[in-house]
Order: sequence, then structure tokens, then C-alpha cells
Amino acid sequence: MERSEILDLKRTANNIRIGIIESVYSAACGHPGGSLSIADIMAYLYFKVMNIDPKDPFKEDRDRLVLSKGHTAPALYATLAERGYFPKDELKTLRKTVSRLQGHPDMKVTPGVDMSTGSLGLGISSACGMALAAKYKKKNYRIYSIIGDGESEEGQVWEAAMFAAHYKLDNLCVILDLNGLQIDGKLTEVMNPLPFDEKFLAFGWNVIKTNAHDFEKLECAFNDAAATKGKPTVIIAKSVKGKGVSFMENKCEWHGAAPNAELYEVAMKDLRAIAEQLD
Amino acid sequence: MIKKSTRDAYGEALCTLGEKYDFLVLDADLAAATRTGVFKKKFPDRFFDCGIAEANMMSVAAGIAASGMTVFASSFAMFAAGRAYEPVRNSIGYPHLNVKICATHAGITVGEDGATHQCNEDIALMRTIPGMTVMCPADANEALYAVEAAININGPVYIRFGRYAVPMFTNELEGYRFEIGKGITVFDGKDVTIVATGYMVHLAMEARDILAAEGISARVINIHTIKPIDRELIISAAEETGAIVTAEEHSIIGGLGSAVCDVVAEECPVPVLKVGVEDKFGRSGKVPELLEIYGLTSTNIAEKARRAVALKRR
Repeated sequence: MERSEILDLKRTANNIRIGIIESVYSAACGHPGGSLSIADIMAYLYFKVMNIDPKDPFKEDRDRLVLSKGHTAPALYATLAERGYFPKDELKTLRKTVSRLQGHPDMKVTPGVDMSTGSLGLGISSACGMALAAKYKKKNYRIYSIIGDGESEEGQVWEAAMFAAHYKLDNLCVILDLNGLQIDGKLTEVMNPLPFDEKFLAFGWNVIKTNAHDFEKLECAFNDAAATKGKPTVIIAKSVKGKGVSFMENKCEWHGAAPNAELYEVAMKDLRAIAEQLD
Repeated sequence: MIKKSTRDAYGEALCTLGEKYDFLVLDADLAAATRTGVFKKKFPDRFFDCGIAEANMMSVAAGIAASGMTVFASSFAMFAAGRAYEPVRNSIGYPHLNVKICATHAGITVGEDGATHQCNEDIALMRTIPGMTVMCPADANEALYAVEAAININGPVYIRFGRYAVPMFTNELEGYRFEIGKGITVFDGKDVTIVATGYMVHLAMEARDILAAEGISARVINIHTIKPIDRELIISAAEETGAIVTAEEHSIIGGLGSAVCDVVAEECPVPVLKVGVEDKFGRSGKVPELLEIYGLTSTNIAEKARRAVALKRR
């Protein structure tokens, strides 16, 4: 990847992070931590990988994304706005009664949302259904699904893992956001689901481990996924929860809390500083 | 009279309709029992077994439907409506997707398998989901109509089928016409109305004969669609006969009886007595014995009808 392209992606990801903070601040609630951790992946998917058209959100042959960790909807909305599905101003309506931006993704009201999600463990199964339908219809589009590490404590994730391998869904690429934290604390202390790599290998998946914030590594990972035939791919992406906002990084307290006015200013200062570095 | 289970009719319906309509079928390792197996045999490319993982199956079905296809998802009622309730609600119901949940082995007529498999709560669970159509056909003939009607409407549908063979009679009813949301007046009557669904409809017809011998004229209504329920037909029954008995092979909590009470209480309050499984779990046994034990016979319906008539006169 060209250096200029990496810089562009970094700027896009930073804009997504700004969108996350602005929308969550405006809503005075929501889930910033896990949204910030996937911002780079969202930028890479929507600006580099996925075959989509914001002017035609329902195009049949489009690639699809199922945000299985649906509580990180602010990341999805900020990405869709950045990509041109709807005006960025709308991000400030997040979680309000008049808004198309529900607390968790709603495919019926938000342009670009491919599947309604929010209850953990369900989205990855729906992504499997989409991948199966694509195979049945002999279509070449691909399905992406982002799941959480805490989400993977849900049994249904492993039902889906079995299903995807059984039906050889190589058009399915799951990204596991390994930020190591969940609401009640550290992943390994609340209910340890590790190791993920051995589990997915045992289920018959192509397993790739990478860094969620390194675009060159993400490029290798997604290329590997696209080239893999006969089995689904999981990209286990080690991330920093709250990435980009100093006081939120690696703090489970920011899983589901909005910053107050003072901390909002700190967060925006952090992100503006990153933007300046990238200019 | 020919006896046939509604699950048998379901399998045959899938095979017949599979030629006319493009849809996929999912099952959770119960294809032999739910009768989706006969569809699998005829259309192997359109059938996908999900293994013993009903929750995953429902969300997979949602993903298929979100890709623009109609899909059937089958298991026993206990697992389709019970175990997988939350994926049905959130993956299928919330986005109003085109998934047809066809659950067999509903109710106490499961028989020997006992309480863990006798789902008497599925109608109650499914009818609370906004936008979910809920049907419970009375016999094999009606089951076929229900399946085709489900294909022809947009959105989620739950259809309840039984394991036990039931007499086929709707094919012999004059002017019978199946339409989702429209109840069928099987017999007219003026003293009391028996509103029944599924397995209980033919017993309601027997109860009518018992009551007729005593000089009580009972109307019999077959409600194959519990949601949306035929409000007009129920209101007119309440107004014209002044008393209602509901009959269902389901808990008296949350099922047909509750749905009828919702309408009657709001529109035309008259006595409503319910025949159904009381607030109890089932048990193993032969079906006729279980129907006696749990009060699901024509005698039980007739008894409640007498009481309803007496209440009306008080």
C-alpha cells in the first residue's frame, strides 16, 4: 500500500473517531470504547475493501457488513456518514426519538445498515445466513461481520462458527475485535474465552492474527481472507479499547459511558492533535 | 374420516409448493420428525440442516431473508418458539424479515416424550412479537392453505403443527375459504360460541353435538389465525350468542383464550371460559389419556359451555 493511501485511511479513521465522540457526547450515552477500537477496521472495510455504493445502499451484488457487536453502532454510523450514506450532521441525533440512528443498528431505517443487530451472538449467525444465500444464488459478493471478544462468550457464536465451517463459507470474513475488556472488567477475569486462535482452528476456520490499528497488516489479513477457499476466515485483531482518546484507552469504564462537557473537550483535543499530525 | 397429522401435511405442502415458489428450508436435526425431510429428498439443494443449534438457525434464517429470499425454519415448537425466542424476536421479528417459522410437535399431543417436549406456551410467546403472524391449522387440509398463505405474505410467520393424527374435515366444509386473519364459522348457533383452534376444532364440533342433545345451540368458530385475530367475527359472536368458550391445546395463559378475551373485554364484555392446559406442565403418556387428564376433550368443552350459558343468564 502506498504511504499516501495509508495516510488517507488514518485520516478517515480519525474522522470516524471524531464522529463517534460527537455522536455519543450528543446522545449523552452510548458505547465509545468498543467503537473507537474498531474505527481503523471500519475505515479499511468501507474505504478500501467493500464493494458498495452509498447512492444505492440496497444494490443486490454489494458486499455486506453485519456489526454483530451492535452496541458499537456509533462506529458504524460515523463510518456510513463519512462514506456518504447520510449527512454527518445526523450523527448528533444518535439515540434520540426523532433519529434514524437507533441505539443499536436497525436495517429498516438507516441507509447502509445491512442487518439489525444488538443482542450479542446473533449477528454472526445472520452473516452466515447471508453468506449461505450468496453461495446458493451463485453470487460473488462477500460478507463481513465484526464480533466482540466479550461477545464470544455467547454460545451462539460457536454455533455459528460450526455452521460456517460446515458449509465452507469462504465468502465470510469475521473480524474479532480483541480489546481485552468487557463491561465487568478484564476479559480474562470475567469469563475467559481465550485462546481464540486455537478454538477457531479447531472449528475449521482460517485464522489470521493481526493488529487492528496497522493498515499494512490489515491489508495482508484481508488479502489472505479473500484468497482463502473452502473455509471461512476469522481475523483476530488485537486492539486498544478507546483507541485515540487518552483517558478512554484500555479503560473498561468507557465501554458504555459518554464523556461530560469537560472530557468531551479533552477527547476532541486528542483527536484534533492526531489530525494535525496526519496533515 | 381420514386422519392425518398437520406435520405430515406440512412436509407435503413444502414439496408441492417447492415447485411453484422459490424458497429455502432449514431444520435443526429434526427433519425426519418435522417432515422437512421429504422436502430435502425432493430438493436437496434447497435444504440446509443447521444441526442441534436452533438459536443459530433462526439468525441464519434472518440473514437469508435479508438477502431477499423466503426461508422456512423448522424444529419442535419447544425449541423454535421457546429456546430460540430471542433470536426469533430480535433477528427475525424486529427487522420484519420473510422467515416462516414452522414448528411441529406443539402441545400436549406430543405424548410420551413428556413435559420437556410438550410446548404449551408457543402461541403466547409468538403473539407478543410485533408484526408476527401466528397460525394454528385445524387439520391437514387447512395446514396446506396456511403454508401457501404464509409464502404469499411479506414478513415473519409462525405456524404451529402437531405430531398427532387429527381427522380431516375442513375439506368437506361447504364454502370453506382460507384467508389469513379470517376465522371460519363452522356451524352457526345462538346460545353460546365455541371458539377453537388447531387440534381442538374437531372436538368443538363434537361438543356442539353433545350440547344440541340438551337443547343448547352452540356456534363453532375455527380461528386458524391467532394473530392478527378476526376481531369482527369474535365481536359478532359475543353480541349474538352472549357467551364464549375458547378451546386450545395450549396453556390458558397467553394463547387463543387470552387473545379472545382481549377483544371481548374491550368491545362486548360477555362471559368467556377457557378450555386449555391449566397452569401446569405436561407429562408422559398416551395422547388420549393425556387429553383426559389435562381436560382437553369434547366433554370438557361442553361442560364449560353449559357454565358459560348459566353465567349469561345470571
